[in-house]
Amino acid sequence: MTTLVPRHPWTLAISDTAVMTRRYLYHYLRKPSLLAIALVQPVLFVLLWTYVFSGAIQTPGGITYVDYLMPGLFILAIAFGSANTGVGLADDLARGLIDRFRALPMARPALLVGRTLADTARNTFVVLLMVVVGYAVGFRFHAGPAAALAALVLPLAVGYLLSWISALIGLTVRDPETAGTASLLPVIPLAFTSSTFVPVASLPGWLQTWANTNPITHAVDATRALALGGSTSGPLLRAIAWILGILAVVIPLAIHRYRRVTQ
Amino acid sequence: MGDQPAIQTEGLSKRFGDIHALQDLNLTVPAGSVLGLLGPNGAGKTTAVRILTTLLRPDTGAARVAGLDVVRQPAAVRQVIGLAGQSAAVDDYLTGQENLHMAGRLHHLHRSEAHHRAAELLQRFELAEAAERPVRTWSGGMRRRLDLAVSLVGHPKVLFLDEPSSGLDPRGRHQLWQTIRGLIDNGTAVLLTTQYLEEADQLADQIVVIDHGRILANGTPDQLKAQVGGDRLQLRLATPDTAVRAAELVADLGSGPLQVDAQAGEVTVLIADGVAVLPEVVRQLDAAGLALSDLAVRRPTLDDVFLTLTGHPTQPPDPSQAPATGQPTSLRQPATRSIA
Repeated sequence: MTTLVPRHPWTLAISDTAVMTRRYLYHYLRKPSLLAIALVQPVLFVLLWTYVFSGAIQTPGGITYVDYLMPGLFILAIAFGSANTGVGLADDLARGLIDRFRALPMARPALLVGRTLADTARNTFVVLLMVVVGYAVGFRFHAGPAAALAALVLPLAVGYLLSWISALIGLTVRDPETAGTASLLPVIPLAFTSSTFVPVASLPGWLQTWANTNPITHAVDATRALALGGSTSGPLLRAIAWILGILAVVIPLAIHRYRRVTQ
Repeated sequence: MGDQPAIQTEGLSKRFGDIHALQDLNLTVPAGSVLGLLGPNGAGKTTAVRILTTLLRPDTGAARVAGLDVVRQPAAVRQVIGLAGQSAAVDDYLTGQENLHMAGRLHHLHRSEAHHRAAELLQRFELAEAAERPVRTWSGGMRRRLDLAVSLVGHPKVLFLDEPSSGLDPRGRHQLWQTIRGLIDNGTAVLLTTQYLEEADQLADQIVVIDHGRILANGTPDQLKAQVGGDRLQLRLATPDTAVRAAELVADLGSGPLQVDAQAGEVTVLIADGVAVLPEVVRQLDAAGLALSDLAVRRPTLDDVFLTLTGHPTQPPDPSQAPATGQPTSLRQPATRSIA
C-alpha cells in the first residue's frame, strides 16, 4: 500500500493545479500547428493594421499610429486566442477526460485554474513576440521599463479573464467547434466598439456613450497610458475594477459548471 | 473495509426529462466480488456508474461505495475508487508514462512514488516499450490497457469498468479479460457494465440484468444461464417460406421455445445437447425435402436473455410488431429481430 503523507489541502490544491498547468503546456508544445497559429495570428495583426490603417487614421497629440495601435493590439490578439480555452475544455469533455478527472481525488478548481494559467503562459509568448515585431515596425515604449512591464501584464490579466469566460462557454455548449465560435462572439463587438483602433472621440455620438462604458476601452486606455506615458491612474483603476469584478462572477460560475458537467 | 459491501444502493432513481434512466435500483456488491451489470444501450448502466463514481447526483435514493455515501462524502469516495469509461479517457498528447504519472500525482502520491507506480503499471500491462511515445500513436487496444492502468493508479478498493471491451477486437477482448481476472484475484471489488452475456459470464460472480433503469433479473451466471438455456441452433432455410414448416418438424428436438423469423427464413432452436440433436435435425429436414442455406450453433446472447426474461428482444424494431409474451412453449413468429 502506498503511504500518503498528510498534507495541507492548499498544498494539495497547488500541486494539482501545477500538474494540470503542465499538462496543458505539453499540449501546446506537442501540437506544433496550434502553437504556430497562436503565434502567427498576432504577427499578422501587427503587420496588417499598422500598414493598412496608418495613413487613414488620425491619432491625437502627434502620436504615431503604430504607437497608438500596439497597446490595443496586445489585447485584441490575446482576446482572439482566448477561444482556445473553451475549445480545449469542450474537447476534454468529449474525450471523457473531464469525467476521469472529476472522479479523481483532485482539487475541484485545479483543472480550470491549470488550463487558464497555461493559456496565460501562451499569451506571454504572444505579447513578447508582438513587442519584437512591433519594434521592427517602429513601435516604442515611452514611459520607462516599469510602465512597459505593466503595459504587458495588464493585457495578460484581460486574457486571463477572457479565458475564464471561454471556459464557462466551452463547458456550457460542450461541443469544441461551437465553443470556438461562441467564445469569439462577445469578443468581436467588444473589441471593435472600443478605443482599440480609433480614438473614442472619432466615433458617432451614440457609439461614444457605449465605447466609454466598454471594459475593453478602459483596458486599452490603461495599457496605452502605460506604454506611451500620460495619466494612468484613472483608466488603470477602472480596468482593474472591471477585471476583478467580472472574474469574481465568472470563476465561481465556471467551477460550478465543471462540478456538474459530465460527458 | 471488513465485511461491509463494496457497493450498496437503495432505491436509486434518476430522470432526464421524461426518461427514467434509473428506477428504484437496489444493488449489493459484496467486498472483493464482481458484479456484472448487463443490459442494452440506454438501459441505465452508465447512469448507475456515474452516480456511484460521484459524477452525477441521484434524484432519490442512497448509495454507498466502500461504506461512504456518494452524495454526502464524494471526496472520500473518490479516494477509494477507480473508473475506466467507455472510451479510453487518456491524454493523447502525453506519453503513456506521463499519463500514469499525472494520475499518480492527482492521487497525491509523491513524485518518486508516482514514477514507481507508473513504471510498475506499464510493466504489468505490457506497455513499457511504448511508454515514452505520445498515446495518439498507440493502437486502440493499447489505449484501453492504459485506460485501465490509469484507473488502478490509486489502488482502488472498488473499480468501475463501464463497457471495458466495447470497440475491441476479439483478441483484444480476451487479453482484457485476462487482465481483469488478474485484478479480481487481488481482491478488488468490481462493477462491470456490459452488453455481452459472455463477458458477464466470464468475469462476474453475480449478474444483474437491467433495462429502462429497472432490474429484470439478478443471480449468478449459472442461475441466469439455467434460465436462458444452453446453445442455440440457428437454421436458415434456402426458401424462406418453408421456415414455419421446418420449425414444426424440429420443435420436439429443442429443449425450449422456438423462434421463427418467416421473412428471413430463420429458425432458432434451443438445444441442450448439440451433438445429439444436430444430425437428427438435418435428417428430419432432409426427409421433408427442405433445403438449408446455413446452419450454426451459437452461444446465447443478450438478446436471448431478453427474449427469455421479457418475451421480447432488446429493441423491438416496431412496437406494433412486438411479439406477445408469456407463451413459453408455443411457436411464435416474431418480426425480424435485431441481433446484438
